[in-house]
Amino acid sequence: MSKKIAEAAAPTISPVIRFRRWFGRNLIRVYMFLAFTYLFIPVAYTFAFSFNDSGKSNLVWKGFTLSNWQNPCGAPEVCNALVNSINIGLIVTVFSTILGTMIAFAIGRHKFRGRSTSNLLIFLPMATPEIVLGASLLSLFLTFHINPGFWPTVIAHVVFCISFVVVTVKARIASLDPRLEQAAMDLYANEFQTFRRVTLPLVAPGIAGAALLAFSLSFDDFIITNFNSGTVITFPKFVYTAAARGIPAQANVIASGMFFLALAIVLAGQIVNRRKAR
Amino acid sequence: MSFDASSARGDLILTRITKEYGDFKAVDDLSLTIPKGSFFALLGPSGCGKTTTLRMIAGLEEPTIGSIHLGETDITTTKPYQRPINTVFQNYALFPHLTIFENIAFGLRRRGIKDVDAEVNKVLNLVELPHLAGRKPTQLSGGQQQRIALARAIVNRPALLLLDEPLGALDLKLRRQMQIELKWIQKEVGLTFVHVTHDQEEAMTMADTIAVMNEGKIEQMGSPADLYDNPETAFVANFLGQSNLIKGTITGNDGDSIIADLYGQKISLPKNRSHAVDNSMYAGIRPEKFRISLLDTPVSGNVLTGGRIEDVSYIGVSTQYQVEMPWGQELMVFEQNDDGVAPFNKGDAVNISWAPVFTFALRGDEDITAGSEVTPEDLDEE
Amino acid sequence: MQKIRTPYLLLLPGFAFLFTFFILPIVNLAQTSTQTPISGGDTGQYEQTLRFQNYIDAFIENREQFGRSFVYALIATLLALAISYPLAYAIAFKSGKYKNLFLVLVIAPFFTSFILRTVAWKQILGEEGFVVPTLRTIGIISDSTTLTSTSFAVVMGMTYNFLPFMTLPLYASIDRIDPRTLEASGDLYANGFTTFRKVTLPLSMPGVVAGTLLTFIPAAGDYVNAAILGSPNTKMIGNVIESRYFRIVDYPTAAALSFTLMAAILILVTLYIRKAGTEELV
Repeated sequence: MSKKIAEAAAPTISPVIRFRRWFGRNLIRVYMFLAFTYLFIPVAYTFAFSFNDSGKSNLVWKGFTLSNWQNPCGAPEVCNALVNSINIGLIVTVFSTILGTMIAFAIGRHKFRGRSTSNLLIFLPMATPEIVLGASLLSLFLTFHINPGFWPTVIAHVVFCISFVVVTVKARIASLDPRLEQAAMDLYANEFQTFRRVTLPLVAPGIAGAALLAFSLSFDDFIITNFNSGTVITFPKFVYTAAARGIPAQANVIASGMFFLALAIVLAGQIVNRRKAR
Repeated sequence: MSFDASSARGDLILTRITKEYGDFKAVDDLSLTIPKGSFFALLGPSGCGKTTTLRMIAGLEEPTIGSIHLGETDITTTKPYQRPINTVFQNYALFPHLTIFENIAFGLRRRGIKDVDAEVNKVLNLVELPHLAGRKPTQLSGGQQQRIALARAIVNRPALLLLDEPLGALDLKLRRQMQIELKWIQKEVGLTFVHVTHDQEEAMTMADTIAVMNEGKIEQMGSPADLYDNPETAFVANFLGQSNLIKGTITGNDGDSIIADLYGQKISLPKNRSHAVDNSMYAGIRPEKFRISLLDTPVSGNVLTGGRIEDVSYIGVSTQYQVEMPWGQELMVFEQNDDGVAPFNKGDAVNISWAPVFTFALRGDEDITAGSEVTPEDLDEE
Repeated sequence: MQKIRTPYLLLLPGFAFLFTFFILPIVNLAQTSTQTPISGGDTGQYEQTLRFQNYIDAFIENREQFGRSFVYALIATLLALAISYPLAYAIAFKSGKYKNLFLVLVIAPFFTSFILRTVAWKQILGEEGFVVPTLRTIGIISDSTTLTSTSFAVVMGMTYNFLPFMTLPLYASIDRIDPRTLEASGDLYANGFTTFRKVTLPLSMPGVVAGTLLTFIPAAGDYVNAAILGSPNTKMIGNVIESRYFRIVDYPTAAALSFTLMAAILILVTLYIRKAGTEELV
């Protein structure tokens, strides 16, 4: 209302000034649009080229086809790599979430001697470049004559995922009001019941977030995997190796599929959270 | 359940409780009996040890020395969930992931009570919020959350209900309303309520008995009227309402009265209101007990002459005066605006008078500023 | 007694794992770094001779790649900070009820394979992509100039790939700022820029520190961007370590380089945290 009146009262403003005012008011929106465009360009490109009727090398646009989506395992090895990545990711998620959550509870809920040393031990893997983590584990395996492969890769992934799980779950525990646990004890819940009925349900979203993070870190990891997986091909490794001679469009299909799946999981989680809060 | 509800009922008895955190004594050799069925208030400024005392009764802290009994049962070291005691937490601590119904049912379910639905509905009706059973705590207003926190505790019919600054988060008007409601609910359910607060008005409105705490000890305990009319220490005199404390000397007796000399002027006061241990004393008079009169007006009772009005503030129901006395002290006087007499003016030469029965006497070695610097509105917790 | 033991019992499995598969490997790496080839042995056979000269040799031989790694990582970190700060600020303060949606959008691109996105950039910036022909038509770059296989492409790729590691911690700390403190600053005669410099920036410092560390550390050790988007002239230390391990089978040199890289990063990080004064981060 008031805006209309102001415009009506000043009819002689030049279009240049009007544009400048609009721009000033919407600068942040313009910026956000540009930033998100930048973030999504390669995603859009990958998605678009999943429909390319490309043959072997998916470099140039040759025409639209749905055949890649109808037959995502059409290229040799690609689905094998995907299955490996998912298997590794699931095992890593289970182990790193359990171990990391236990550590997070110890650090976040208890005062004990060696707490700051524990914090340092959690920080160190995050402060170590992946290539050093990968290389050092490989040299350990070589020293003990263990061949790189599936399980060494799982172990290597758990090492770097634990820290991220600890940090995520710890933040959630820190935001918990200690009076809620006291209230549960006051209302006849013993230590175990308090943990099961109050603490765990309240920390659960943090643990779920940490598990999702662990899976995506493991699924997308290349450097550490490359050092420790030996002959086992994971999806990122497949793409990296294929990059030299041309990546099949099926890889784009799988990457796009994973993108939409993950997006759906996160959005569903948000909706569930909002429902619960209502 | 691990406690036997029938035997663990009765008076709450704290015996020589001390709680130390390192070198700091939060509670210092405190003994206290809270009679069954009473509405008891622990009143004091931040850091006086009242919340620590409450947490020890709840079982959230263990005393360093001393014991806590509920009736015949020693509960000093039992776990919070083994005590027939429930707490209404400051800021309520409602479980955000559970509905209102499940919040209230929480204690019943843990105790294995059969008819959860009926109990919960009954208590929801008591607090007049049965329509909110399916909501989540974040969807409730502050006043509603407060009532649910209360319902969640009393549904368990504890031997003792602890209230930790229960009204601190509410605005003034709602607080007044809840004070009356709490008092009514206490009568209705007949439980022992122990109420911790820094708000003297709240304590006086609701409690039968108030214990005023300071630096880990109980300064004085009694009914609200007792504490107000006959404070034993300067801390109580200043923390509960305001007091004029005038230095003096006891010069003699007259039957049930004591005669004292205040800067050369004689006054009398009842013997049973004197807490002086020797001749030196402070005479204490509440500001609303004073009457102001012009020099030529005849007055009776105790009189102090030679005053001069320094400041006048009109606040509706009353007018507040600052009167400077010949010895340099400024006395505070509240006059009701109910006699149709025009207020006095700044600079008027006046006498001050009051009935001897409204005088109390404190020891002469008291720190007369004790309890007056703490702001009652201070919301900080210890 | 039970209470005192609980935290240690909780820590035990995780820390036993980290000790075996993080601390031990680092110790083992240190041992490998001073070994020398067994005379007359096969390729890949080494013995411990405590030859610390390995470090000096490795560093002198690869100092160019070391320098490049740190310069690239620094530029990428600063670029990511410049791009992320306004974005995180906008999400925290200007997006109203769409806050969570925008936050998901920041993370979303990273659900697509990291390698595939980097390859996508290579094709977008390559000769067949649409960027180069457009820029040539406008005349911003000459016909002989290319964008891929350059330092520009490598740094751009790193900036892009590590962006959420910058944006998320920044958002977390900016979102915690009470907007009333910014209004108070305006009320006390600070203009927009002064408010930013004296109130917003100091309050968001923990996020800046966390974000720059989480970007700089992986960037300095990265070799994928350089391998996909770069040329032999943009090799970083990660590429050298990788090829020492897999192509040349020179474990001692690779170990010495890894150890030097980790030590350099740890020293820089410690100095930086000291300087920024946010030690509670650790």
